[in-house]
Amino acid sequence: MKKFLLSMCVGLGLLLGASAAMAQVTDAAPAVAPMMAPEAPAAVAPMVDAAALAVAAAPAAEPTAEPTPHKGDVAWMMVATLLVVMMVIPGLALFYGGLVRSKNMLSVLMQVTVVFSLVLVLWAVYGYSLTFGGEGLIIGNLDKAFLAGITMDSVAATFTEGVVIPELIFVAFQATFAGITCAIIVGAFAERIKFSAVLIFTAIWFTFSYVPVAHMIWGSGGLLIGMGKMDFAGGTVVHLSAAVAALVGAYVIGKRVGYGKEAMAPHSLPLTLVGAALLWVGWFGFNAGSALEANSNATLAFLNTLIATAAAVLAWCVGEALLKGKASMLGAASGAVGGLVAITPAAGYVGPMGAIAIGLAGGFLCLWGVNGLKKMLGADDTLDVFGLHGVGGIVGGLLTGVFVSPLLGGGGDADFSIISQVSVQALSMLVAAVWAGVVAFIAFKVADMLVGLRVTEDEEREGLDISSHGESAYNR
Amino acid sequence: MKLVTAIIKPFKLDEVREALSSLGVQGITVTEVKGFGRQKGHTELYRGAEYVVDFLPKVKVDAAVTDDLVERVIEVIEGAARTGKIGDGKIFVFPLEQVVRIRTGETGAQAL
Repeated sequence: MKKFLLSMCVGLGLLLGASAAMAQVTDAAPAVAPMMAPEAPAAVAPMVDAAALAVAAAPAAEPTAEPTPHKGDVAWMMVATLLVVMMVIPGLALFYGGLVRSKNMLSVLMQVTVVFSLVLVLWAVYGYSLTFGGEGLIIGNLDKAFLAGITMDSVAATFTEGVVIPELIFVAFQATFAGITCAIIVGAFAERIKFSAVLIFTAIWFTFSYVPVAHMIWGSGGLLIGMGKMDFAGGTVVHLSAAVAALVGAYVIGKRVGYGKEAMAPHSLPLTLVGAALLWVGWFGFNAGSALEANSNATLAFLNTLIATAAAVLAWCVGEALLKGKASMLGAASGAVGGLVAITPAAGYVGPMGAIAIGLAGGFLCLWGVNGLKKMLGADDTLDVFGLHGVGGIVGGLLTGVFVSPLLGGGGDADFSIISQVSVQALSMLVAAVWAGVVAFIAFKVADMLVGLRVTEDEEREGLDISSHGESAYNR
Repeated sequence: MKLVTAIIKPFKLDEVREALSSLGVQGITVTEVKGFGRQKGHTELYRGAEYVVDFLPKVKVDAAVTDDLVERVIEVIEGAARTGKIGDGKIFVFPLEQVVRIRTGETGAQAL
């Protein structure tokens, strides 16, 4: 049954992929033609700028020139997209992988890799269109399904009037965000979930939660952006929504066999630090890339991502030293991730000192998230997805509303009101969290009905590497 | 003949080996082991999760020796492995019935 369903999923994916490719071929054909046209200087230029050169060559004929992408922006957005890919594989995969027992190492690497890949394909097939096509309140439309109509000449708007980037790189950049969001969730039910259940859950949750939440906050005409929600790089869209889905998953799937009785110490903290460091570096693509241009706003997000994270590392270490007597390496790595999550929604909006304050708050509160809060919640959130991404997302989302104030060094207008912005932030996060949680619950139940959520107790004890994937991470 | 088994602190292994060599002990077998005695374990903290580590790493040294050497072997192991702190380990002595050197077929004290 399980294998059948899996192969069905794969088959369906291939079919969709093939039709998408065909749709693209037909669309791409006319786009290629102008470049082959007898505009001699343009023909030898790199393709991206062919249109720009063509326009420049004939300014008299076309006085109201369409904005064309700048090469610097294009280059930066390609690099930023690559950095986000690196955040997921190997960054997130190793950050998570080092924290599980060695018998489950490969299963976590595998879940992160395959969930990421699945979402990237779904994004191109219909996710992009439903998120960024159309101007619906809750969701976009299917006009750009299979990336219909998107050619090398298509452009996407940035935050600066008259500045555009190629829509193809915007599709790719946003695809990585959808992918990392779904990959973050797997940390909550690691070491016990069935691989097929992960994939079914991912497909459903991506479609009915990530897509509408991202549209509501980032898409044109979206409900929450209309309310004035500020989420620079996805503190709510990515981290909070993933964390709520993760927490629901931890509850629905139940605790690991032996949880609280047997030792479940991480098998390789060095790998976890490697992963955390790759996340930190990759996060510059995530946050600074969210400016969508290689401009000064991107550099502000860049600096904030650097120092807020450093502040969070220090905060976590100090907190741990005070509360437990020792500052731990895992604490430093966790603090970095907590700080990165917290600064994400604020990255391009607040000033550097505001970023340090957000980092400190994120570090301390995420430490509470994996200790006091975790005990209160009582769920076996294996890798503390909620403690880091949920708490960090909430702290960052609320404090964005505070530190955007020009009085606190932020980029808000002179009449900026902290109280009203914080209320908007809180309300929009509540909407996103409830939405993500309800969809997650339904998605887990559907996956449970179709294939069952958990592996058997024997398989869990043996480890998912052998029982689900037929291989072991470390052979002697 | 006797089999002397010593459980010692891992970092004392080299000193014990040197002491035994100087006595003329021809060979020892070393195994990494875990266990507990009077020395307490320690707790490890991973974010909110606390694990008590009861079993501490030790090294087990096995040396087969002739009866006349036993007392001095025990003495030098004691001397070399002692730090004076709890957790220094223990020495066990067993009677040894037979020894065979596989290559030559020699038996008994000849094979030691």
